[in-house]
Amino acid sequence: MSDLTELPALAGSSGTQPGEASGAAVGAVGAAGAPGEDAQRVVPLRRPGRWIATAVVLVVAAQLVHGLATNPFYQWGRFGYWFLRPVVLQGLLVTLEVTALSAVLGLAGGIVLALMRLSRNWILQSTSWLYIWVFRSVPLIVLLLFLYNFSALYRTLSLGVPFGPSFASFSETKLAGDLVIAVVGIGLNEAAFAAEVVRAGVLSVDQGQHEAAAALGLPRGYRFRRIVLPQALRAIVPAYVNQLIGLIKSTSLVYYVSLLDLFGEVETMGSSYSGDIVPLLLVATVWYLVLISLVSVAQYYVERHYARGALRALPPTPLQRLRAGLRGGAAGARVRLRAARTGGTR
Amino acid sequence: MSTAEAAEAGVVDAAAEAAGIEVRGAHKWFGARHVLDGVSLTVRPGEVAVVIGPSGSGKSTLLRAVNHLEKLDAGQVLVNGEPVGVRPHRGRLKELTERAILRQRRRIGFVFQNFNLFPHLTALENVAAAPVANGLLDRAAAEERARELLARVGLAGREDAYPRQLSGGQQQRVAIARALAQNPGVILLDEPTSALDPELVGEVLGVLKDLAASGTTLIIVTHEVGFAREVADTVVFLDGGRVLEQGPPSQVIDAPAHPRTREFLARVL
Repeated sequence: MSDLTELPALAGSSGTQPGEASGAAVGAVGAAGAPGEDAQRVVPLRRPGRWIATAVVLVVAAQLVHGLATNPFYQWGRFGYWFLRPVVLQGLLVTLEVTALSAVLGLAGGIVLALMRLSRNWILQSTSWLYIWVFRSVPLIVLLLFLYNFSALYRTLSLGVPFGPSFASFSETKLAGDLVIAVVGIGLNEAAFAAEVVRAGVLSVDQGQHEAAAALGLPRGYRFRRIVLPQALRAIVPAYVNQLIGLIKSTSLVYYVSLLDLFGEVETMGSSYSGDIVPLLLVATVWYLVLISLVSVAQYYVERHYARGALRALPPTPLQRLRAGLRGGAAGARVRLRAARTGGTR
Repeated sequence: MSTAEAAEAGVVDAAAEAAGIEVRGAHKWFGARHVLDGVSLTVRPGEVAVVIGPSGSGKSTLLRAVNHLEKLDAGQVLVNGEPVGVRPHRGRLKELTERAILRQRRRIGFVFQNFNLFPHLTALENVAAAPVANGLLDRAAAEERARELLARVGLAGREDAYPRQLSGGQQQRVAIARALAQNPGVILLDEPTSALDPELVGEVLGVLKDLAASGTTLIIVTHEVGFAREVADTVVFLDGGRVLEQGPPSQVIDAPAHPRTREFLARVL
């Protein structure tokens, strides 16, 4: 139908009377110039199916939003009450703490394990393999509960020669607070997964890079840190961030070793104010959404950083694109061009 | 590159003492395959040796053995009279520590068929990285030298480009500058023009001719027989892991004695 409404304008633009017809053509097609040029213009194919699909999606989305906003089940008033309560923020802080510490521990352990696995020494190789096998197999919750009961199994931890004298020993009860148990448990588990992510990244770097670095006489440590790792990170970052997001959510398990993180606080409050369980769960959900959004934004910029040299020109960031869009067509195109150029020569 | 630039750069490089290369009875097996079957070869300081031969004849393996990227099963390589990768010990050859091998490699430049530039570093950083990392020059001096070397290979003004922003010929010229950065006594080039479009081969061969004229010892594995005739002091024909023929190009290329050499040259010329 819309095709039909377009027809007179098109007929006018290609018509033999340039006088009034060209004016109609400018209005309809939006291009000035000789009528001959307009006749050459390609009219894009109409896609009614796409419009119908878009309409369906928009209606369903609007229904969902309407449901979320108006259903009394969600109790948005109570959500507002709880969202910034000190007790919730306290839990959020614990979540952040556990996440940060175990992510550092997990990544460091993962790099060491990956290097062991890639080493030519079979003892290092198989130790790493065994570790990864065990810790990828044991469910995190089981591992955490094991550690929680660890002090019952081993009264003291000592450092020394196996079956021989010990140099130092720690009392288990002093060593392991709830936070330590949580961080060590999640860190041990995380290291096993991070190791495979790092190993995949290192393997993705072309063998020629190792050879070129060796042929220049570069020391082994330098080779890994400055040549292989920066290239490996391009493959590591997306996979590791995926892992990190899983980690943030799995910190909610520390509740079971009596550490009150975001989820723990919400659960505890929920048992005292049983009418508020749903809004409290929504509070936790929204906070997790915020955390993971922040990580995703960081991921975008980190990936962009490591794309240097891999792309001929870096695409503009969303901010640059937004600014370009606001400034409008021609100016925007110039900004896009400039961004591409500076990205390319930086 | 202008000749004035080349002459000036040549002065810079005069400091690099050209070294001789000697390969003695080199043997290498890959599983059951005998890739090098008793190869012996002498390249005097400042000479250019060109190794030709059909694919799979052991050319690359021979070249990679010279800087110990490939370990020999028997025989040895001497650069500047010093055994590479091994030391004589009670009548046998003992492998050197990794640190010692890395130190030897700094004196032996290597240029790969696929360039193998570091894609996350700019052209300048690619050239300046090794002298800084190996403590030969401080950063400022290394970057100054890198600029000179890039100018010498005709890439002044492209210092800040990443490898992927350069053409194949330009990338290979950066790789040659990188190999020169540590002032090596010899440079080994493994099919430096095989990965290039025909129109880009010339620019790399031009740089190599200047390099040969500057008195650096070179071993070049190549299929460019015309180029070999022009720059080589010695041409080595390798087939089935053995040196079938070696001598000046006028002899090996223009009047080959061995039927296998004649057959090979008939196919590539």
